[in-house]
This record gives sequence, structure tokens and C-alpha cells, in this order.
Amino acid sequence: MPQLLRLATAGSVDDGKSTLIGRLLFDSKSLFTDQLAAVERASRQRGEDYPNLALLTDGLRAEREQGITIDVAYRYFATPRRKFVIADTPGHIQYTRNMVTGASTADLALVLVDARKGVLQQSRRHAFLASLLGIPHLVLCVNKMDLVGWSRERFDEIREDFRRFAMKLDVTDLSFIPVSALHGDNVVHRSASMPWYEGTSLLHHLEEVHVASDRNLIDARLPVQYVIRQGGRDFRGYAGTVAGGVFKPGDEVVVLPSGLSSRVAAIWGPGGMPVTEAFPPQAVTVQLTGELDVGRGDLICRPANRPHTGQDLDAMVCWLAEAGSLTPGATYTIRHTTAETTAAVQKLDYRLDVDTLHRDETAKALALNEIGRVQLRTRKPLLFDPYRRNRATGSFILVDDTTGNTVAAGMITGPALPASRVVWHAAAVGREERATRGLTVWLTGLSASGKSTIAVELERRLVAAGRPAYLLDGDNLRHGLNADLGFGAADRAENVRRVGEVARLFADAGVVAVASLISPYRADRDRVREVHERAGLPFLEVFVDTPLEVCEARDPKGMYAKARAGEIRGFTGVDDPYEAPVSPDLVLRPDDPDPAARILTLLNRSALWE
Amino acid sequence: MTTVYELSHLELLEAESVHIFREVAATFEHPVLLFSGGKDSVVMLALAAKAFWPAPLPFPVLHVDTGHNFDEVIEFRDRVVDRMGLRLHVARVQDDIDAGRVTEDTGPRASRNRLQTVTLLRAIREGGFDAVFGGARRDEEKARAKERVFSFRDEFGQWDPRNQRPELWNLYNGRHRRGEHIRVFPLSNWTELDIWSYIAAERIELPAIYYAHRRPVVQRDGMLLAHTRFLRLLDGEEPYEATVRFRTVGDATCTGCVESTAANPAEVVAEVAATRVTERGATRADDRISEAGMEDRKKEGYF
Repeated sequence: MPQLLRLATAGSVDDGKSTLIGRLLFDSKSLFTDQLAAVERASRQRGEDYPNLALLTDGLRAEREQGITIDVAYRYFATPRRKFVIADTPGHIQYTRNMVTGASTADLALVLVDARKGVLQQSRRHAFLASLLGIPHLVLCVNKMDLVGWSRERFDEIREDFRRFAMKLDVTDLSFIPVSALHGDNVVHRSASMPWYEGTSLLHHLEEVHVASDRNLIDARLPVQYVIRQGGRDFRGYAGTVAGGVFKPGDEVVVLPSGLSSRVAAIWGPGGMPVTEAFPPQAVTVQLTGELDVGRGDLICRPANRPHTGQDLDAMVCWLAEAGSLTPGATYTIRHTTAETTAAVQKLDYRLDVDTLHRDETAKALALNEIGRVQLRTRKPLLFDPYRRNRATGSFILVDDTTGNTVAAGMITGPALPASRVVWHAAAVGREERATRGLTVWLTGLSASGKSTIAVELERRLVAAGRPAYLLDGDNLRHGLNADLGFGAADRAENVRRVGEVARLFADAGVVAVASLISPYRADRDRVREVHERAGLPFLEVFVDTPLEVCEARDPKGMYAKARAGEIRGFTGVDDPYEAPVSPDLVLRPDDPDPAARILTLLNRSALWE
Repeated sequence: MTTVYELSHLELLEAESVHIFREVAATFEHPVLLFSGGKDSVVMLALAAKAFWPAPLPFPVLHVDTGHNFDEVIEFRDRVVDRMGLRLHVARVQDDIDAGRVTEDTGPRASRNRLQTVTLLRAIREGGFDAVFGGARRDEEKARAKERVFSFRDEFGQWDPRNQRPELWNLYNGRHRRGEHIRVFPLSNWTELDIWSYIAAERIELPAIYYAHRRPVVQRDGMLLAHTRFLRLLDGEEPYEATVRFRTVGDATCTGCVESTAANPAEVVAEVAATRVTERGATRADDRISEAGMEDRKKEGYF
């Protein structure tokens, strides 16, 4: 079962890239005799006395006429161990656009340098682009070693030079191979001319490099691409390509943005093959239990592991169009996973100089091949992850509505945090002795108001940011600590008191306690605040202000229905009161695109960490 | 036992193609799949059927008929259409010849292959198709190596290789105005060997002429042409019987065959894996017209 490796090549033509590709194809016996004959014929016609292997990859008339490469070409070759797709992304002109296009799907980037010239601007640019695009493996081929007398010193010099530059980049796996593409040294076969080199040949490296683990198998994501219905069989399935994580039949899932929860009833591979585990990039069809309204652009994930939901996002973009430029205020159609909406450029934070990595914050626009960081606001919320975490849910393109052209490629860095209107009155004392500063975030609101979802996300982001955090979920605690309590007023007061005490202990220990509790009575919550204030610990009351009608419409556990039917007595909002906070630290409403981010903003602005 | 979350390269190619089929079905109003009965279009059809299982194909198929077909292929086409319950459109080159829209080449080497473009564009226009699936692969030919998966065609059906839309990740841009259309190539990243490996693995049925059989042939320009009723013999050409099979199937006047004893998919896979001549180099006379023959035809609207 040979694997597929996608690689993108880079480096200027003069560095010998075409010769290297030709050599790879030729020495791996992947070049066909009629192709070679055609190259020999064309070379003779051009008056060249050797087969010009560049003609193998320059397939367009204009390319041959001008001796330049205009566009990405895809080449295929195979060894018994692997199949290879080479995106040949060349060109002095338009380098960035071509590199971005060819490299967006690559597992590995191959950058060539000429041993005589060393690491040039071009090499640095391409290495940077590879890093920006999240290509985990980078191979620097130091070519034309024959022209520097197979010098080990020269190779070491170039390697150190490049390594110093690469330290500034996010490249996880960097390899260096000294080669002579012209003579075939270390391309397919190990070289006898460089006995000091102890590594493998380029082809061997390409065959061995481990790429499977580069996918995100943690965060389960299925963007719904197409709904398949078959009336005769009463079949309704959600088709899509798994963008992350692993899905199994029986899994509890939630459909975003609706937030409806369900369960995976069955997963089908193409053609109706039953699938026991679906992982990226499988194209599958998922059936869910229950009647749900799910459509293209929705995303299926696990309840406790959701992507960001929001209309404001920060992204790195590369402008790809010759006409026009990216300027603040402009709007485009944004294509992100299977969703499409309108995006407005709110702000250009800076333009990046690809050569020096300098950030020009005075830039007013991005022109062809320029890269910069922008803030976008979308008409509808997007469901996304940072590109570094997931290339599929973190990438997008911008389309110009008048020409229909793809004008920009984007990589999401994260949600843009909107400014908060809430002022925090700091009251922290005596916590300086601890390594980390703890506090309590107390989420209160009706059943099904969305507290737990926000709490889960907040905890995830805090932990991801290196903050010790722990989720205290009211429902979950009733299985253990509070298993002996009922839902009468006295038991509810006791429930809140106990959770408040546990939260205080966590906060005191330096942990962010995230409590998610209906806690319907004002007096109970106020007591928890007092407990914290006496201990000198910050306590944030966050009111998840979702109207009763909305909560009742969601009703994921069917509790409201039971309460209305009289099967449950004393249910908050139905036949028991909910006392909203009088002066909460933060109010979150259902239309907040990213409630967890608002809490984080509040925490950061209040400098509670320090 | 720990699960290894890896796909074989054939599974990866299949997943990628299925994704493309679904993307088109979800975002276009009137897609159509070009189906000639040739191996690539048969594989396309198999992949499309898989993509929408258990529902039927959400689009019709279109055959551009040069009138110079191998009988076995037309018989196969009709049988598949019948079995799968497909909606078949046939666009005939003969109709365009009869209407005077194209002039047929004369002489013994005449081929209708190039005339197909006019018929294809007429069929696309008349059918109101906004997305047209083609079975072209990037490994076939150097101009095709430059082709996007979603390839924009203007109102004249033309391809502008110097002004293609960037294509990133699996985010395909199908934007077009009325009268324009997108050619979609779900097999872009497949090679001839991949196609045959898939046919073997999936037990996909093909027209019989893909496997070794005896038939009268003629040697011409270093190729073996089938001696059919469409082929006019040149002076000195003497048909003879040989055991051959076809690597590609198209217009009978310009599609060569190769001497082979490979009688089933497994044997063909072995043969293809060992060959050092490309499929088009061996069997397509139309590619030999010039260095950029394919590119020029593609610019006019050919696949």
C-alpha cells in the first residue's frame, strides 16, 4: 500500500531545479522514452547540444518560447515505496503566487540553492512561504556541489547560514542534502564523490519522511459539503471530507452553528462502504440520529471540542491578483471550508517584508505577491480553527465579485478580539506569592442558555494559552460532590455554596475555576462572591442572557418539554424563578459571535494575571 | 492493536475525486459528465456513483460522438447508461458537418477529432451546462500538467493558460457568468497506472477492446491503427492480424493500439507498470501534430 507524498519545489531556474526534477524522474525510471525523445527533439531544434530537461516541465508554448515558467505544473512519479506528486512552482516572476498555489497542499517543500551562490533571497523567501503555509518538512538541496569541488566546508557553511535563518521560522523538520543534479550525485543514488556526507539520497529521504502524523487527528471536524437524500430508502446523509480528528459511529456530536446535539448513527465511505472510524482526509457520508436541519456550510464536531465561531478574525493573506490590491474597507466573497459569505477588510495590521521578515505597519495596501496581516469581519459567523492547528479549517480564499477571480489566499491566525465595554475594578491582593494567579469565572443563566458550551471553550483556550484552568460544571458535579442534593430551594442553595467553595479553592491554588451553574438565586451567588472577596480572589459573574424562548426552543435534554408537561416540578424559568444578576461583570447574549473570547478579553484587560 | 490512520494513495485519490464531485453538485446548477465509454470516463462515472451513494447521479452524461466509434464502445456505453439509469445526451459531429458549421478534412489521414470541439461547445451551450466534468489527467500531456481542477472557460469555451485562477487547498472557485462554464477534472492527479490499479481493485467493467484480442491492423507513422470501416488505406499499407489492445479509446481514425497479450486488469496493470512509453505517445496521432498541439486545441475549447 504505497503512500502519497505531495511536494512543492522552489528555487530559481538557475539553481538547477528543472534538472533536479528531470534527474529524479530519469534515475527513478519514471521518465518515458517518448517524453525524453520529445525533449531531445525540441532541444535540437533550439540548437542546444544536450537534452534540456527544463522542457519536461515547461509545457506551455509561451514558456518554451520565452524560456520561463509561467505556471505551476504537476508531475507524477512513483517508487515501490511511494507515489509522488510534484507541484513544480517555479519562476523569478510571480514567485509568491505560484509558490502559494503549489505549496498549499504540499507535505514537503524542496528548496534548491546553488552551492556557489549560497543562500540567496529567493531561498529565504521560499523557506518563509513554506513555513507560512505550514508545510512541516523542508529539504534544502545544496546543488552544483561538483562546481565547488565537492567541498564539505562549503556545504557546512551554507547549512549553518540557512539554519540561522530558519530559526526564525516555524519549520519542524529541516534536512540538508548536498547534490549534483547534473551528475546525479545524492539525487537517487548516494554519491561516491562526497564520502563525508553521511545522510541519505534525496529520493531515499522523500521515501522515508514520515508525513502521516502531520494531520490533526485530535479536533474532530466535518464541514458539511452536500446533503444526500434518497427518498426510496428514507436516507438522509451529510457528505463531506473529514477536516480533522476521528469520528466513530455512536459518537456524541454537535452541529454548528445551530448547536443542536446528536449522535453519529452511521458513517459511510464512498459507494456505501461502512466506516468504523473516519479520519482526514476521508470523504464520507454521516447519518445522525434524530431529525435535524443541517446543510452545506454547517460543521459537525464533538460537544467538548468546538472550533471558534465568529465574525471577526485575524489572518495572514497573500494577494494573488495582478489587478487591484487589498485595501481596508474592501469587501470580497470569502470561501472557507464549505461555507461562503461576504468578508470586509477591517484593518491592515502590517505588510510583511518576506526577505527581512520586517513588519511595515504604515502599509496602506497589499499588491501582487505581497503578504500581510489583516482583520476581517464576515457577514455570517465562520466556524474556524487557527491555520497552524488545522490547514483545512484555517484556510480561505477571497473572490472578487466583479471578476469572479480568486484574489487572495488566507490563513487564519485566530479570532480578532473585539473591544469590551465592561470596566473591571481590580481587587486582587496577596496572591503574588504563587506561580500563577487564580480566579473564578462564574457563568449563570437558564438551562440551555449556552453556559456549558462557553465554559468548555473558555477552559480549552485558557489551557491552550498555558493558564491552569478547570471546569466546574453544575450538571457534572451533581454526579459526585453534590450527588446527594435535589432541586428544592435549600438543596439548590447548598449546591451553589459547595461549588463556590470548590471554585475558591481552585482560585486560591492559582487555577482559573470556570463554574457553569444555573444558580438561579441572586443571594446564593452573592454569597459565593463574598467568599472570594474575603479571600482576596477575583470573582467574575458572567450572565449568559439567553431569552427563555430561545432556551426552550433549543432544549437539548428535553427538560423544558418535561417541565411544561408537568413531569418535572420546580424547573427554573417554567415554574421556578430565575433571578438575573443586578450588576454582572459581563453579559453575553446569543448573538455574540465568540463569547469565550469576550471573557478572555475581559480577563486580559483587567490584568488579572499579573 | 493501534489504528493507523493512513490511506493508501488510491484511497486518497478516490477521496479527492469524490470531494470534487460533491463540490460541483453542491455549487452548480447544471453540471454534466462527459462520458465516452473510455476507461477514464468509466472511472469518473464509478467515482461519481460512489460520491452520491445511495442517491442516483444528480447530473446527466454527455457523449460527443464523432461518428467514428468502435462498435464495442458504443455497445458498452448504452449498456452502462441503461444499467445505471443515466440520462444520456449525445452530441453528434455529423450534425455539425451536415449543418455546414464545420468542414470535414479530406484525404486518407483525415480525422474528426479536432471537429469535436465545435460539437462539444454547441452541446454545452444548448444544454445550458455550467460545469462539465472531463476525465483529463495531468500526467497525459505537458499542457494538461498545467491544468487546474476547476478550469474556467470564457463565453467562447476557451482556455487561457496564462490567466488561470490560483487554486489553493481544496477550495475550488467555480464563479462564472451566464454563458461561461467551468471544466472540472476530478482525475487530475491520477496517472494511467492509478486508473488501471483502480479498475483492477474495484472490478470496474470496460469495453472489451481494452484487453488483448485479435484484429486487423495497419502500421502507420510508427503506430498501429485498427483497420476499421473508417480508415482509408494509404498506398502500400497492408492490413494484417495482430493480438492487440487499446490504451486509450477515442476516434477510431487516430487512436492506435499496442501489441499486447494482457487479457485482464491485473495483466494490464503489470504491463502499464513496466512500459516506458506514455499512453498518448504510443497511441494518439493527434498529439504529434506539433509541440503544442494539445495546448492549441485546449485553447479552442477542446478537453
